Amino acid sequence: MDLTDDKGFLCGRILGDLGADVIKVELPGGDPSRRIGPFYKDIPDPEKSLYWFAYNANKRGITLNIESEDGKEIFKKLAKKAHFVIESYPPGYMDSLALGYSSLSQINPAIILTSITPFGQTGPYAGYKASDIVEMGMCGLMYLCGDPDRPPVRISCPQAYLHAGADAAVGTMMAHYYREMNGQGQRVDVSIQEAVYMGTMNAPPFWELEQRILKRAGVRRTGLTAGVLQRQVWVCKDGNVNMPVYGGEVGIKTNRALARWMDDEGMADDFLRGIDWDNFDMARVDQKTWDHMERLLERFFLNHTKEELYNKGLSLGAMIYPVSTPKDIAESPQLEARKYWEQVEHPELGETITYPGAAVKASLTPMRIRKRAPLIGEHNQQVYKELGFSEEELITLKRGGII
Amino acid sequence: MPKVLEGVKVADFTWVMVGPMSIRYLADYGATVVHVESATHVDLLRTTPPYKNGVTGADRAGYFGQYNANKYGITLNLNHPKGVDVAKKLIAWADVVAESFTPGTMEKWGLGYEEIKKIKPDIIMYRTCMQGETGPHCHLPGTGVNLVGLTGFAHLCGWPDRDPAQPYGPYTDSIAPRFGVAALIAALDYRRRTGKGQLLDMSQFEAGVSFIAPTMLDYFVNHRVADRMGNHCPYAVPHNAYRCRGQDRWCTIAVFSDEEWQSFCQVIGNPLWSREPKFATFLSREENEDELDKLIEEWTITHTAEEVMNLMQEGEVAAGVVETIQDLYQDPQLKHRNHFWVINHREMGPFSYFGQACKLSRTPAQPRMPSPCLGEHTEHVCREILGMPEPEFDQLLIEGVFE
Repeated sequence: MDLTDDKGFLCGRILGDLGADVIKVELPGGDPSRRIGPFYKDIPDPEKSLYWFAYNANKRGITLNIESEDGKEIFKKLAKKAHFVIESYPPGYMDSLALGYSSLSQINPAIILTSITPFGQTGPYAGYKASDIVEMGMCGLMYLCGDPDRPPVRISCPQAYLHAGADAAVGTMMAHYYREMNGQGQRVDVSIQEAVYMGTMNAPPFWELEQRILKRAGVRRTGLTAGVLQRQVWVCKDGNVNMPVYGGEVGIKTNRALARWMDDEGMADDFLRGIDWDNFDMARVDQKTWDHMERLLERFFLNHTKEELYNKGLSLGAMIYPVSTPKDIAESPQLEARKYWEQVEHPELGETITYPGAAVKASLTPMRIRKRAPLIGEHNQQVYKELGFSEEELITLKRGGII
Repeated sequence: MPKVLEGVKVADFTWVMVGPMSIRYLADYGATVVHVESATHVDLLRTTPPYKNGVTGADRAGYFGQYNANKYGITLNLNHPKGVDVAKKLIAWADVVAESFTPGTMEKWGLGYEEIKKIKPDIIMYRTCMQGETGPHCHLPGTGVNLVGLTGFAHLCGWPDRDPAQPYGPYTDSIAPRFGVAALIAALDYRRRTGKGQLLDMSQFEAGVSFIAPTMLDYFVNHRVADRMGNHCPYAVPHNAYRCRGQDRWCTIAVFSDEEWQSFCQVIGNPLWSREPKFATFLSREENEDELDKLIEEWTITHTAEEVMNLMQEGEVAAGVVETIQDLYQDPQLKHRNHFWVINHREMGPFSYFGQACKLSRTPAQPRMPSPCLGEHTEHVCREILGMPEPEFDQLLIEGVFE
């Protein structure tokens, strides 16, 4: 049972991808997160949120007012049969309805209750309100992103809740594995702030080990190389490419191939031709030398499209990657060859929509999208009848605003 | 405290980021992990800063350290035939074999899935690389920094009037492990039920695209090629990082509804401008967002980032300090959650390993040992785990098998 709003959608989606029968439980009228865009054909409508579509596929959907007495009883009946309850209400809310872990575990000792909240169930910030940009800031990642002369930036499509949902799926699966062996359920308390912290990579230990504070550097590279401030995003004819210059073993093949390619096109100079790539070490390159190399590279990249650069790089084994737009990703021959995209039917829209597929190909237990995200209350009949409610009772519950 | 993965054995041939990060989850939940390294092709993260006190050294690198806590570390020369023999013994011992090399590398050593299945028929093999094990681009080497370009995150971060400001570091590396580990636990569970192992092929590119799924649907359905938007959010205003008192200090504020706008105005003392018609509605605020942001900053600059956060939160407006890496170590909420596990490391001294974002009430992730120094447990693993007699170990050592 998945009671989450957008803070936790992805957790249930991953369990659904792994084959679980996930029931999305929404308030009568639908989850307010259905208002998150973009929308199908740009029509703002709770049944047309592409955000909703993306992260609620492989779930059935029911409506239930868990604040009503009847709703609570129905919820408990469902919880008795459920393996997992996933929720993202503010800390204490489920307890206030007597539907917290202590109540649920009495009904069903094997139940796993996964709670996804901005900062976790307890602590000085437990009651704080959050949003994507707030979490991106408070996990330390945002301070490291953006141009030095402007405010720190978030990534333009919301990320924080996805980190939390995906991490919650891992924690929930761990609890599941334990339960399958020992029969005991438990509580999984997920902090979004802690989940997004993972995105800070090697940055925090710069403070702990070297007492240095890293800062955002825009198109340049910070925190990964000891020496110069180097460009890693370049401008080419029709967009951008990504190519940090690596020294040492990692960079030898790319650097040598690229220098030769530049030379073939008359865009190298004696300096570039003279570099011994086997012993080239970025940590020992001074800023003046780097600035010279940077000018040569800038000129070269500007002369080519990103497709040319990537394709030739592929044939040379050189690590020159495009800065993809969504269109480039949609047209990737690699993703096509891997049969990554899935066609998902939306009968009520009279359309089949292309979706990103599973990130993991499992040889015996493949994951795929079996069904699109539910409409509001789409499976009320099905689920409540499985629970033993009659048609008449369902009508009464609907009239009472309970489902 | 009981451990979820007590008794699960992992032969971990992964290196750099996604592989070690994935296997760290298993180690944290109690699996016995033997992390195999080469002493001659040293893990890239052992040669990447930061280092303890800024002094380079394979055992002083915090980057390597933080993804390899709770694991035994051995060195093994897989280019030596007897090194491959030792690897096979380790595989015979293991439940899970993990690797993250460029496709074909394990095959070159005779350690591909088909071969290791002969050693251990129910083995689960977890393979992860840039773009998956198959497809026309699968052999191109690369790092997470390159993938941030390929997966669209570079394009989607920064300011619309500027070059892309690629998010910090190998951002996609923080995404991929969750999908991989959720599938890995599911595979362990499947094996427990059926006795069957399998092959998992996790593409870091594909995992990354999962985190921009709504943007991809927007492309497929609406043919919109999304662009970076700075900190603009189509459904919240004000929505930005605002400069506060001090050196490069910022606080995010996100206002979604009219009620929150009223609270926000109250927090900043209802200045005259806040009652002007141009800020009266969501649409008018959005139209005048730049002017609004400047006015807000006139207020925030007179307060510390912490004050802005706390005042806003008291008014139930989402806001948070844009934390620097120094702030993270003092964040009271992270402290409360025991986010950092301080473990004494032989070379680094007390080092803060990040803990898990999921707190499991019954079987929590636990710190047990620091990340290994290079080859620290080679003898222990060979003698105690693989049961190798001392003369044999000494002979292999002399022959350079553990280099």
